[in-house]
Amino acid sequence: MKHDKSLYWRSLDELASTDEFRAFVEDEFPNRTPDWNDPASRRRFLRLMGASIALAGASACTKQPKELIVPYVRQPEEMIPGKPLFYATAMSVAGIATGVLVESHLGRPTKIEGNPEHPASLGATDAAIQASVLTLYDPDRSQTVTRNGYISGWGTFIAALTGARDAAKPKKGAGVRILTGTVTSPTLATQIQDFLTEFPEARWHQYEPCGRHSARAGAILAFAKPMNTIYRFDRADVIVSLDSDFLSSTTPGSLRYARDYSARRRAAAETPDRTPPRLYVAENTPSVTGSMADHRFRMTAGGVAEFASSIRGDTGATSPEARAVLKDLQAHRGAGIVIAGEYQPPSVHAVVHAINQTLGNAGKTVVYTGPIEANPVDQIASLAELVKDMRDGAVETLLILGGNPVYDAPADLNFLDALKKVKLRAHLGLYSNETAAWCHFHIPEAHYLESWSDARAYDGTVGIVQPLIMPLYGGKTPHEVMNVLNDAADQSAHDTVQGYWQAQHRGTDFDDFWQITLHDGVMAGTALPEKAPPSAKMPEQLANGAGLEIVFRPDPSVGDGALSNNAWLQEMPKPQNKMTWDNAVWISPKSAEHYGVTTGDVVEIELGGRKVGGPVWIMPGQADESLTVHFGYGRTRAGKVADGIGFDAYAVRTANTLWQGTGASIARKARDYKFATTQHTQTMEERDPFRAATYAEFHKTPDFARPEEKRVPNDLTLFPQWEYKQHKWGMSIDLNSCVGCHACTIACQSENNIPVVGKEEVAKGRHMNWLRVDRYFKGPLEDPELYFQPVPCMHCENALCELVCPVAATVHSAEGLNEMVYNRCVGTRYCSNNCPYKVRRFNFFLYADWDTQSLFGVRNPDVSVRSRGVMEKCSYCVQRINSAKIEAEKQDRPVKDGDIVTACQQACPAEAIVFGDLNDPNSRVAKLKRQQRDYSLLEELNTRPRTTYLARLRNPNPDLEKG
Amino acid sequence: MKPEDQESTSVATLDPGPDKVIGPGHDYGTVTDEIGGVVFRPFLKTPPQMFIGFACAFLLVNLLMIAVTWLFVRGVGVWGIAIPVAWGFAIVNFVWWIGIGHAGTLISAILLLLKQDWRTSINRFSEAMTLFAVACAGMFPILHLGRPWLAYWLLPYPNTMWLWPQPRSPLIWDVFAVSTYATVSFIFWFTGLIPDFATMRDKAGNPVAQKIFGMLAMGWRNSARHWARYQKAYLLLAGLSTPLVVSVHSVVSFDFAVAILPGWHTTIFPPYFVAGAIYSGFAMVLTLAIPVRRWYHLEDLITMRHIECMSKVMLGTGLIVAYGYAMEAFMAWYSGGQYERYAFVNRMWAGGYWWTYWILILCNIVIPQLLWSRRVRMSVPAVFVIALVVNVGMWLERFVIVVTSLTRDFVPSSWGMYYPTVWDWSTYLGTIGVFLALMFLFIRGLPAISIFEMREVVHEGEATHAHGD
Amino acid sequence: MAQIFHRSSNSLAKVTIVAMLLIVGVVVLAAYKINAGSFITDVDVAPGQPVPFSHKHHVGDDGIDCRYCHTSVETSSFAGIPPTETCMGCHSQIWANAELLEPVRASLRTGKSLEWARVHDLPDFVYFNHSIHINKGIGCSTCHGRVDQMPLTYKVNTLYMQWCIGCHRNPAQFVRPRDQVFNIAYQYPDNQLELGIRLVKEYKIQSLTDCVTCHR
Repeated sequence: MKHDKSLYWRSLDELASTDEFRAFVEDEFPNRTPDWNDPASRRRFLRLMGASIALAGASACTKQPKELIVPYVRQPEEMIPGKPLFYATAMSVAGIATGVLVESHLGRPTKIEGNPEHPASLGATDAAIQASVLTLYDPDRSQTVTRNGYISGWGTFIAALTGARDAAKPKKGAGVRILTGTVTSPTLATQIQDFLTEFPEARWHQYEPCGRHSARAGAILAFAKPMNTIYRFDRADVIVSLDSDFLSSTTPGSLRYARDYSARRRAAAETPDRTPPRLYVAENTPSVTGSMADHRFRMTAGGVAEFASSIRGDTGATSPEARAVLKDLQAHRGAGIVIAGEYQPPSVHAVVHAINQTLGNAGKTVVYTGPIEANPVDQIASLAELVKDMRDGAVETLLILGGNPVYDAPADLNFLDALKKVKLRAHLGLYSNETAAWCHFHIPEAHYLESWSDARAYDGTVGIVQPLIMPLYGGKTPHEVMNVLNDAADQSAHDTVQGYWQAQHRGTDFDDFWQITLHDGVMAGTALPEKAPPSAKMPEQLANGAGLEIVFRPDPSVGDGALSNNAWLQEMPKPQNKMTWDNAVWISPKSAEHYGVTTGDVVEIELGGRKVGGPVWIMPGQADESLTVHFGYGRTRAGKVADGIGFDAYAVRTANTLWQGTGASIARKARDYKFATTQHTQTMEERDPFRAATYAEFHKTPDFARPEEKRVPNDLTLFPQWEYKQHKWGMSIDLNSCVGCHACTIACQSENNIPVVGKEEVAKGRHMNWLRVDRYFKGPLEDPELYFQPVPCMHCENALCELVCPVAATVHSAEGLNEMVYNRCVGTRYCSNNCPYKVRRFNFFLYADWDTQSLFGVRNPDVSVRSRGVMEKCSYCVQRINSAKIEAEKQDRPVKDGDIVTACQQACPAEAIVFGDLNDPNSRVAKLKRQQRDYSLLEELNTRPRTTYLARLRNPNPDLEKG
Repeated sequence: MKPEDQESTSVATLDPGPDKVIGPGHDYGTVTDEIGGVVFRPFLKTPPQMFIGFACAFLLVNLLMIAVTWLFVRGVGVWGIAIPVAWGFAIVNFVWWIGIGHAGTLISAILLLLKQDWRTSINRFSEAMTLFAVACAGMFPILHLGRPWLAYWLLPYPNTMWLWPQPRSPLIWDVFAVSTYATVSFIFWFTGLIPDFATMRDKAGNPVAQKIFGMLAMGWRNSARHWARYQKAYLLLAGLSTPLVVSVHSVVSFDFAVAILPGWHTTIFPPYFVAGAIYSGFAMVLTLAIPVRRWYHLEDLITMRHIECMSKVMLGTGLIVAYGYAMEAFMAWYSGGQYERYAFVNRMWAGGYWWTYWILILCNIVIPQLLWSRRVRMSVPAVFVIALVVNVGMWLERFVIVVTSLTRDFVPSSWGMYYPTVWDWSTYLGTIGVFLALMFLFIRGLPAISIFEMREVVHEGEATHAHGD
Repeated sequence: MAQIFHRSSNSLAKVTIVAMLLIVGVVVLAAYKINAGSFITDVDVAPGQPVPFSHKHHVGDDGIDCRYCHTSVETSSFAGIPPTETCMGCHSQIWANAELLEPVRASLRTGKSLEWARVHDLPDFVYFNHSIHINKGIGCSTCHGRVDQMPLTYKVNTLYMQWCIGCHRNPAQFVRPRDQVFNIAYQYPDNQLELGIRLVKEYKIQSLTDCVTCHR
């Protein structure tokens, strides 16, 4: 702020002439990290100019700046200016793909949607996928090949690598190593194999910081061979999650699982004769899956192992909970699922495999296939071997294809020290990250929206990754790098991928097959076939370490750190505690008291002699004696967004405490760390914005959500009722389905050009989420129930905001939309004061980035970019409504139900959000609103919201119902 | 006697005591000299307090300049406002200043119609105060806009968008209420000044002053015809501005009463805002009159009678305000509405600003009760302090209404606090500076007490005296 | 006591009062005139173009249909500006060497687009869709005027909001039969209103005056 004060005395001309200013204009990304977190100081020069221009606007006579029209020289046929095109491709996280459709305007991808054809998506997306389009345009991405930190060229790299290869040829490739993440891409795997056959002494190592190590090892432990497990939640009546967060994107296939599971819940709520699934969750930290649980057992991550062995069946169940769960499972043989958490030790996975077999679930609700990984090795061992060889000087050339081991390798391996011993180190990555800093060569990697490749989904289905745009910064794919090694440097990624599949393809119709595959985004019939597994051998009793436990997890919003520099995800509130721009040491209220710490204290946690410092967050529902820390923060070379925020949990994570470790200690070092959360009140304060009941209660009193005393007669108004002749838009949000994953929030942000405001502004209460997801705790502080409630604009029929706007900037449309006209708004903020739902967001500063060229690309051209001093809010994606209406008009037909899908609805994996025309009695939304669970927020105010909710229903086990 | 001489004479002898509106031994001449003397006194003979006071005020004015420039350059985000508390100091100050602006019209118009002779020596003064207060108030609605350069969109004018303001919004009513009030107050004030301008013109020594006062006097010649017309006009204006006393703050109160927010949504607001306004208005008159009276030794023109009457008005309006608070709370409880009730729970102890509420009660209700005792009313320092306390209290009242109500409304998930920034404070103090600076200039440059009306008082005095014989 | 003011100041004062009122009036009027004048609106002002393209010649003399160049006008929000190829389609044969067309040829050679100055430029917060207007029987010339008589293209309407609303409130005044949409020389018949009302019914034209029709 200081520099600001000194600055603003200067005249604009003076500013414009300073080198600083020119630097600003030239610099593609002026806002440095602190500026991201303090937009107060963001792009101050530009704002000065903006202000001066704006003030000039006060004198009514201002002319529009002249614009140019720049047509194509040769216009592509399918391209119609003004109309978006959609292409199918696939995004991989930790190597495992989800199919997506990408919206492209004049050749620039702007929005990602799920691919309905793809088994892992079925049209849904998660927050990370939604946000990936921002990463494409991230100006912090590395933009050139560097050698020893200096700008170099692709050619130089080819020369260097070829040289190394030739040098290694006589030694059969000894000393040449390739380090990748998990690889499911058949093409890449073949390329590597080709290389290894030519150079038998060379080695391929894999390491994925938050990969499926436990699942892989667990399968080997149980079946003596790697197997891939797929769960069929659409068939499951009883689900026991042993610390498995299968509804959040940490689990491959989670989108599909969420779809199947919530479909079951919804069906049971709509038709009484359908049995609702019952979900038991045993976990240490509240997860979105835990929030859906009918019974949530709070226990340490280590304790989960004991719980697992106590429901094995052979040894008698110890606790009453375990007994009830076991009874329930045995009552539903073949219709139950026991699922082990991705981050539980292999032994738990093995036990679970055994349990599923003994209960006859295997083959019914739990399906096994061959591994989807091209080369399922023990990655920790693989990395350890690499480190050992590097330390012994046995490695001369190391090719790191993606990943960031210097940052995220287990701390006890001291990867960096070993790395320094390698003669030639080359790193391929989206960012010039911590690892790149220690490599001779860094090659900018092509974003998946710029790449040709292929990858397998959680069930093995192959999706072809095709580029939407030429690499912005000359990025290369792993395929191209491998081509260099395979002495085919001039072969493009496209030819490589296509060539591989041509070789695989039987028959002559390859071109049609290829076209169809590209069009659908899925390669038909590539899902791995079911395999009956050998009978799993039950491991001995599982023991558990003692003492304070630390649990390592990928961050709920930025994951393992690969997405750290994505500002949308940084500002996405973490579902459980609505925290943004930070990670923290999560601790239970009781333990906090015991260790004398409280939220905001900065503590030093110590595990096995390794220390790291971070702020404490007291998390209701967290298990006692169990700390949870999240990866993805404490980055030093992530980019201007993520550098220097949060702390690096990898620093205390070792190869044998990958996911949890006991015997930790915690000590306070400082106080009053300032978090930025979007919700301060944790409970519902004797109010009932969120309404829930058990299925039993629901069947007894079907109108529990909307009891007589809460109803408001429809004619309770002095004014004549407006008649909505044409359409009557409305939305229904099913709280029974919503898992609280926040995909809708980011989808909305992407669709509606919602700006990022930075930590300081969020802390002030100025976050801009049009669609926020409220989180309430209900019940005892120690072990409460977790409720998630998405809250977009209610589009009230009697909208209070409209009444008080002095300039008619927010008014009602003939179709019942509550319109917000940015260009008319003068910013009195009266509408927000008078909005009982507080869904309106205000541009207190110029939040929209008006000067970072590269970020213009991500904007949706159909939505205005809001300027400083105007109010904004959810518009029901009116741009989609308008275009659907126009298309229908042109074809002279009425708008069909389903023609209009809002961004949040489209992203939602649980299909919790439904939008449509209430004037059409057969529309899905109209039907949903006729359900008895339907209620509107603050109905007593008679605002008549168009957005209404369907109450949550729980299906508790009578044996366990307390009270 | 010349004002300069007064330095020798002691205050006690000047003040005629609680039953007189003017000191003994005054004739037309002395009144004119004493009041005019303030203006015609040589520049360097101005009391030092005036210089010091003005200097401080002027500094604050500059602070305002800085704050406003920063605000325009950066946006309203420099203030502490956020969601849910989207209105902060700006609106609090706006209401506060408007309230202060009420004493003027009340004293000059209503008391004139009620033939309260004690108003004469303070009316001019409080009219000026009204003007300056309204000027300060007027700034805020524009400053607090997200896009202040578009403020003119609140005015109904033909435009190429075929758009008009939205008449259902109380903010539009404000625009008219406040601007009308400002205009009428100004005309009233200026009309009142005309005969005195003439007097000053005739008294003025140097030609420049003569010219200036001459123009302002608009050719006033003290002819009987002038006086006849003048009295008529003055009465008409008084009649015209009387309803405004009630209307302005009623309309301002609608900004809140019309909204659905618990703590705003109250039908009792108009009367109790008006009472509050008069309350704070008189408090401010006293706050200013007492020092000036002292510095310029006007104790024989602004007598204890005036001070006591004003104290009584304060006491009265204060009680109405107290009733307002009581009713507000009672209705919240009686309504049985969950949110209404909670609004008061929040105000009184649950919320983050509970203490502001209790300080407000202390300032506006408890302390002023001292005015029941005549001894307190008769003690100038005591009255001065109480007046200050009431000023603070009334500001807090607006803070409690505007901010505290916003912090916690309906949906718990979006509750939040409000922390004013240095720029909030700068803007607030800045307007106080503007107000005081204008006040000082007015006192120094224009007859702060209506000469001709004082003459009337003298005249009536003599008349009664003559009867006495 | 001497007079401070000359007697003339009486009349002077009166004059001043009147003058004040006049000045205010004049200022307001001037502001309005300037705002409505072509200095602000650019109506009747033909901006300079890289190539002095003449609609008069291409439409008027050669009778080329609007859609030959503005290809997406029926399908997209944006009418479409022809790529250089389209120009060269003809001009590789006729006027193949004309000095005037060098920029066009250069564009094709270098692959660098022509940069036309935008004539009809709505603010960025206004979302206009050509296709639906065309589809509902609003002719090109209704908004763009007789381009077939424009040697250089210029705006004939202010494109002010009041101008848009004028039609949106009562489309019947301007709607024409669909087959006449591209008839640049179309004359509204004398019975336009009754025809209009009939077409409005026939084409299911709604009078959309919601803000979100154009602003979002």
